[in-house]
Amino acid sequence: MKKRIGALMAAAAMSAAFAAHAQQPMKQPAAKAPAKATQKATDATTADFEKFRDVLEEDNPAELFEAKGEELWKAKRGPKNVSLAETCDLGLGVGKLKGAYVQLPRYFADVDAVMDAERRIAHCMVTHQGFKAEDLAKKPFSSGNYTPELVSLTTYVAGHSRKMKIAIPQKHPKEKETYQIGKEIFAYRAGPWDFSCSTCHGEDGKRIRTQNLPNLSTPEGAIRAFQGWPGYRMTGGVMHTLQWRMNDCFRQQRFPEPNYVSPSITALLSYMGVNANGQMYKGPGIKR
Amino acid sequence: MKTQKTTLLCAVSLLAAGIAQAGDYRSQAIALIKQDFHPRGIATTDRIHEEGLQAVCNRTSDKPPAAVAERLQKDQFDAIKWPSDGKFMGGDWKKGEKIAQSGQGMAWNNKPSQENGGSCYNCHQIGPKETSFGTLGPSLYQFGKLRGYGEDIQKYVWGKIWNAKATNLCSQMPRMGHSGTLTEKQIKDLVALLMDPNSPVNKE
Amino acid sequence: MADPMKIRAQMKGDTAEIRVLMSHPMETGQRKDGTGNVVPAHYIQAITVDVGGKRVIQGQAGPAVSRNPVFGFKVKGAKAGDKVVINWVDNKGDKRTDEATISG
Repeated sequence: MKKRIGALMAAAAMSAAFAAHAQQPMKQPAAKAPAKATQKATDATTADFEKFRDVLEEDNPAELFEAKGEELWKAKRGPKNVSLAETCDLGLGVGKLKGAYVQLPRYFADVDAVMDAERRIAHCMVTHQGFKAEDLAKKPFSSGNYTPELVSLTTYVAGHSRKMKIAIPQKHPKEKETYQIGKEIFAYRAGPWDFSCSTCHGEDGKRIRTQNLPNLSTPEGAIRAFQGWPGYRMTGGVMHTLQWRMNDCFRQQRFPEPNYVSPSITALLSYMGVNANGQMYKGPGIKR
Repeated sequence: MKTQKTTLLCAVSLLAAGIAQAGDYRSQAIALIKQDFHPRGIATTDRIHEEGLQAVCNRTSDKPPAAVAERLQKDQFDAIKWPSDGKFMGGDWKKGEKIAQSGQGMAWNNKPSQENGGSCYNCHQIGPKETSFGTLGPSLYQFGKLRGYGEDIQKYVWGKIWNAKATNLCSQMPRMGHSGTLTEKQIKDLVALLMDPNSPVNKE
Repeated sequence: MADPMKIRAQMKGDTAEIRVLMSHPMETGQRKDGTGNVVPAHYIQAITVDVGGKRVIQGQAGPAVSRNPVFGFKVKGAKAGDKVVINWVDNKGDKRTDEATISG
């Protein structure tokens, strides 16, 4: 019996080692490749990483955050002691989750505004459960072993749109307007380095270092950016949402910091999301 | 300085008249940005106000009329600070390589006491050993070897790093000297990286 | 209290394939936080797996295993409907037990 356990543990250890999520981003081998070969080598690395990611997708730690989010969604919480499941309307009716994420941002008549997924959930926590908006905005992003409740909740909600087509509505005048405003923010150059979103994400086939940059003005690029968020980042082993992605882009853009779940971010997500319309969303993903 | 401002204002108002219909969403976007951003660390909110050149590029989708571009480029060019000792060369390419590698600087998580980098490899291929380089900008590998080591090229490189907008108004490249990101000494080291015949950029 | 595990267990021929995702920081005790202080070690030390009431794995883990780790193993002789009970204990004495049923 003891021997058998040993063999089993060996198998377990092997697959653990295989699935152990790298804590560091993939590093290019320091090959003395001539300039032309480098592009090819990079593409091969990217392809290899895609394969690696496909394997990991099945055991994606994002699911742990979905499980946590489910608890939070169903539990009666906050000063008003109600659950989000019985109060929160993400656009398809109170408590309706199936397909809600791939149809956000959208117009909400109760607030006469367009809201994205995380902003809407935050709105529900404040309006229905009685949480304070300032508290939610205090430490809104994951770091180390800390994961904000809104990150788990957003991951849970996104999980209910797995393998569904992105269908962000553009019927209401405010939805159309939000898209157009997002397009303008995307192109707005300012700051000490004269950067806009478009500086890095406005052309096909470009990279920063070895990181491929999707062109968000095209359907192919927009889906690549929408895809995989919320995502488990192997660097540091943390869960992040699109709110974090937008925030970190503005940091690199050398801008001041956007307020958490602000209308500017909704506008950008509307621009990007609508450009990705009609394509399939795979669900919460895994990122290097 | 005063004349420079007047030129800018003229250019901006001329342009504004031509693109009134797009202005609506743009003004809404700007109003939203002003409302939604807060200062953090060294990144103060004055950064979100577009300055003259940025406004011209924003309003024309980076394609300003030639006459406007020429005038504004001249203003940028005239403001370039050339080496105080009159020498473009004499920098250390080894230090230049470090500056080219570093992506630190000007972001809200950077400290003012930190030395800024040039983020050069983010967008350009430069030295032969670094295979992790971006492609937003052209390859600079063998820069001097291919273009020659003459003083005219040295001056061109200095000007390009100090202020890329002086030769291409809506260039995507940050104005490294003009924005106060890099010091005169750092730029000299970068010029050495690209223009010293012994720099690995040219040697290998 | 620790967060739940995610367990998947499925029969493939005469073998049950079991995979478990554990929610755990797995701090090595070597890492420093943003202010330069060492983050204390905190990792899973012992894992047990019971299938159909029989212990099939009793093993040890350590700080070399990544955060939120995945373990996978194959068990011969199990059948659909058997209960899988997985349990871990970490170096601080925290523990967690979760169960799943093997599907056909």
